[in-house]
Amino acid sequence: MSSDIQAPALHRFHGGLHLPGHKTESTQQPPQNALLPRHVVLPLRQHIGEAAEPIVTVGSQVKKGQVIAQSVGYISSPVHASTSGAVVAIDDFRTPHPSGLATRCIVIEADGEDRWADHLPAPLADFTAEDAVTLRDKIRQAGIVGLGGAAFPTAIKLNPQTADQRGIHTLIVNGAECEPYITCDDMLMRRHAEEIISGIRIVQHILNPQRTLIGIEDNKPEAIQAMQQAVDKADLQTTQVIVVPTRYPTGGEKQLIKVLTNLEVPSHGLPADIGIVCQNVGTLLAIHNAIIEGIPLIERLVTVTGDAVAEPQNRYARIGTPFSELIQACGGYQGNVERLLMGGPMMGIAVVSDEVPIIKSTNCLLAATPASIPPPSDPLACIRCGECETVCPAQLLPQMLYWHAHAQDFEKVQDYNLFDCIECGCCAVVCPSHIPLVHYYRYAKTEIWQQEKKRQKADRARRRHEFHLERLERAAREKAQKLAAKKAALEKKKQAQAKAADHSSEDPKKAAIAAALARANAKKAARAKQPQSSDSQTTPAQEDSATESTNDS
Amino acid sequence: MTEAPLTAGPYTHSGSNVSRTMGLVMLALLPGTLFGLYQFGWPAVFLFAATVLAALLAEAFSLRIAGKPVKPFLFDGSAILTGWLLAMTLPPWAPWWIGVVGALLAIIVAKQVFGGIGQNLFNPAMVARVALLISFPLEMTLFTQPAPLFSNSAPGFLDSLAITFGQSPQVDAMSSATLLGHVKTELTQGVSVDAATASSYGFWSLTWGNAGGSMGETSAILLLLGGVYLIYKKIITWHIPVSMLATLAVVAGIFYFVDPSRYLDPLTHLMSGAAILGAFFIATDLVTSPISARGQLVFGAGIGLLVYMIRTWAGYPEGVAFAVMLMNACTPLIDHYLKPRIYGRDRKGEPLNYADEKESA
Repeated sequence: MSSDIQAPALHRFHGGLHLPGHKTESTQQPPQNALLPRHVVLPLRQHIGEAAEPIVTVGSQVKKGQVIAQSVGYISSPVHASTSGAVVAIDDFRTPHPSGLATRCIVIEADGEDRWADHLPAPLADFTAEDAVTLRDKIRQAGIVGLGGAAFPTAIKLNPQTADQRGIHTLIVNGAECEPYITCDDMLMRRHAEEIISGIRIVQHILNPQRTLIGIEDNKPEAIQAMQQAVDKADLQTTQVIVVPTRYPTGGEKQLIKVLTNLEVPSHGLPADIGIVCQNVGTLLAIHNAIIEGIPLIERLVTVTGDAVAEPQNRYARIGTPFSELIQACGGYQGNVERLLMGGPMMGIAVVSDEVPIIKSTNCLLAATPASIPPPSDPLACIRCGECETVCPAQLLPQMLYWHAHAQDFEKVQDYNLFDCIECGCCAVVCPSHIPLVHYYRYAKTEIWQQEKKRQKADRARRRHEFHLERLERAAREKAQKLAAKKAALEKKKQAQAKAADHSSEDPKKAAIAAALARANAKKAARAKQPQSSDSQTTPAQEDSATESTNDS
Repeated sequence: MTEAPLTAGPYTHSGSNVSRTMGLVMLALLPGTLFGLYQFGWPAVFLFAATVLAALLAEAFSLRIAGKPVKPFLFDGSAILTGWLLAMTLPPWAPWWIGVVGALLAIIVAKQVFGGIGQNLFNPAMVARVALLISFPLEMTLFTQPAPLFSNSAPGFLDSLAITFGQSPQVDAMSSATLLGHVKTELTQGVSVDAATASSYGFWSLTWGNAGGSMGETSAILLLLGGVYLIYKKIITWHIPVSMLATLAVVAGIFYFVDPSRYLDPLTHLMSGAAILGAFFIATDLVTSPISARGQLVFGAGIGLLVYMIRTWAGYPEGVAFAVMLMNACTPLIDHYLKPRIYGRDRKGEPLNYADEKESA
């Protein structure tokens, strides 16, 4: 080891599972280059946050790497054309999403030439000469989101607000890849260790952490060796490769932080709150590509595996490539396809059709026969055996969560801290009654969000209504006041005229001045009332939109 | 691709199921049970069969009334296990209807009325045993000496039928108090523990099972083996048995140390009565015991203490059933107060705040 600092002692998170890995199936051959799809379907929302806004129209000619949809708001990410061709549709299409619902996508029909755009951002020869703001902006412009699965815009993660006095003290590089079947991070580390290290150096330059810990599960010896060699070669003094025991879900951000640092991310908080930033190795490679090579995120490595795939392997794929074409390139299906999953068997999502596109967060396509992924058996009653509790990495009481979710007691279920659940699925795997526990948790979470939304909506409607009534009242009041003022003015005028008539013989000029003064006074009085009617500090509607945007962020 | 329902993941399973859990418990019970049946002969076999059968029928009947699918629930093994455990706690030569009434009470009143498997507050077998003990004190306390199958003292097949299903004077002839019952009776008459135990079963006959008592009170060593097997198979954890037996031993040890002539020694306490059966097979009932490890330690300790108190100072010579039920009632409370600390939260359930910790440190 080149590092001077001591290897930290490893720690344990509660629970977890030793799962059959099924990793070797897809690591037998080196990853092949991306095939050129006939058309690509690029969803405008492939990340957490606001959907991107299209800046091309149907019929536009686009080139590879060109921005076709611009990010909207802070938490958002642009979308780039992943090949050259013509935009043939901007419409709702099915995307790999748990709901199976359609979302807005830009469809490009490839011209087969795959030409690069002319005005790509120039590669940076020396990123150390740039400041963090510039680098973050370049990462943002390259459309990079977390490639480990969560797809959170990376530039935001690299702009952390921390409560820790030391600032960001630790950068954690996540190469754990604990999900069974998935090997794309493993392959990236084996083959692109130096580029990943380059990505790490860029992030180190942005965050300036005191130490960097690269966590890799011990079932990836080649990746560990490659990364260690790359660290040695780059002579990074504060960066360490740390081999962690293979145990699902070590690759979960919170769990890896616990294993490597013995710190826990506070509930409802972010790693940055305790001075830690976590980045997936694939994301770091994408950062290298964006900064050093000037290539935006238009391609990623995907593990195509499962016993229903003829030739399981890792393969590069352009973002937007239909699942079907990628699987065809891997020898097609074999046997009876029971399930097609995006992601692994634990946290992946089932898709009902393979006519959905690879998106930025697609790390794995898993096609399985009933032999390896049997259809779910009928759930029985919970017998309170407590197995779920012993494996829960969040140390929740899954059976109580289930109990209250089942009873639709959404207050109780929050008392048992439903929202600390990371949906890793350990509980459901060991449940002897085969209860789809995670399904209940998602249901409860969705219901609670829904209720919260409804409540907010009702609040807003109530506030609007109250404001409306107030406005009516005010209008009536103002009208009355104006009338009164007018009347008073008229009265005065009359009096003045009467006086003027009396003293007309004395001084007509004086009378005229008096009348003018009276008019001016009346006007002033009327104007003094005016500001009240236009004192629109913020209407509730405006206030709402303000709070809404902060809530979304 | 089949249009499988869009349930959330995970799409894999460890392969465990309820029947397997129940099956392993029965497997662990088997050596002790077979030995008990052998020791007490045909009447015990008949009573055992009647009890288990009645439990199964009661379960099927209740499921049908409740409109639940009969087959998956009936064969999950829980009803058989309940009947089995109940039979283990009955005097082996008790008449058939004791077993049947007990099974009906266990399944219908203690389990199905609460909503079936997983919903009952109290251990069904213990509810039935306590109800029987209070309702039929005579039948429930008439214990016999072991009379192993095919030995000279054993009743023949037909005689056995009469013992279980009819009237037989043989029961009275063979009757014999259990050690705990004997000691209790003698103590009330001013006889010291030493003198009382001298005329009753010794430690080793308790351990191996050559003593009078319920079927499940006999061979402590075989039941212990079964219990260790369950821990090895991870069906139960060590917390409840160890804390229950340790508490019982420690408390018994203290009193024995203070006055050996009035209090039984701890080893006898552990090996006699239903202590071992209760510790490994009854108190550990998944449904009615606390969830967390700390909760289970408290639960076990509570049972151990109550068992000792009932055995020593209360009216009954044995108190495992009462102790288990009393602690069953405390389980929701224990679960409420002894929750595990959640990742990212402190013991009180508040989100972690490292900054505060540093300030206070």
